[in-house]
Amino acid sequence: MDYPSVASIFCAAFAVAFGAIGPALAEGRSVAAAMDAIARQPEAANTISRTLFVGLAMIETTAIYCLVIALLLLFANPLLN
Amino acid sequence: MKSPLESLPLFHIGPIPITQAVVTTWAIMLLLVVGAFLLTRRLELIPGRRQAALELLVDTLDTQIRETTGARPAPYRAFSGTLFLFILAANWSSLVPGAEPPTAQLETDAALAVLVFLSVIWFGVRSRGVKGYLKSFAAPNPVMIPLNMLESFTRTFSMFVRLFGNVMSGVFIIGIIASLAGLLVPIPLMALELLTGLVQAYIFAVLAMVFITAAVGDHAHHRNRQDAETDGLLPATEESASPPTERDS
Repeated sequence: MDYPSVASIFCAAFAVAFGAIGPALAEGRSVAAAMDAIARQPEAANTISRTLFVGLAMIETTAIYCLVIALLLLFANPLLN
Repeated sequence: MKSPLESLPLFHIGPIPITQAVVTTWAIMLLLVVGAFLLTRRLELIPGRRQAALELLVDTLDTQIRETTGARPAPYRAFSGTLFLFILAANWSSLVPGAEPPTAQLETDAALAVLVFLSVIWFGVRSRGVKGYLKSFAAPNPVMIPLNMLESFTRTFSMFVRLFGNVMSGVFIIGIIASLAGLLVPIPLMALELLTGLVQAYIFAVLAMVFITAAVGDHAHHRNRQDAETDGLLPATEESASPPTERDS
């Protein structure tokens, strides 16, 4: 196994590992804020959870981008062939 | 291991390769169209069981559209509801043994995202006219034109990558676990995958609605709101404008 393929495997692992940190923290914060809001105003729970879901999907996108980059490195690396 | 980014053709029709995702998509389309056709025969004023279930579904879709965007649901119900039902059926088609969800392939998601991109333009032009729609790109001031144009592409791209990434990663992880542990172990993950499929279908439809109503703009929104108030669907503006009463602490 030559140097570029080893490097791309490591980079794929790093991309997923470090790319997951930011979204995880952000999702934790947003869920905590939503819980807080629901506790203060339970009658708005529907609106809050709907907005929360959409927001979580937005945040999650960054992690998904990292995943796609990792897959590109592993399966469709333009530098290897 | 098979790459999740490429799909192998099952057979060829003339020069066109047909993959498994396409066959599954055809099956889902057939199911949805024939099902919708058969279930909506003989609609009655006093609904039976079948019709009550259908009305519940349509009413839920309407409520979601109205609450997410504040617009009247009738013009958007067909597009947004079909998006939701199709993606839901596609995500849950992994329940059928041997079938892989078509949304786990790049092409299906790209096609859906392009559909949303075009429908945003179509609804925007229909409501504001070509000039008005183009003017909306210069919304706060003309400096923002390149950014707004870029945004309309990147948000479509992110919808595409989001749906693909979520569904594909679920399929991928279940495949890895099944190859490691075999019987019964992947079942909790598959249950989680069903939840992810539902949430992703919901989010895709809601985001499409949000983009469309953003393109349709504010004037249609006000008109629809007044209509809804006269229909008694929404509370009157004075009532809803009053601040929420402070709860006793």
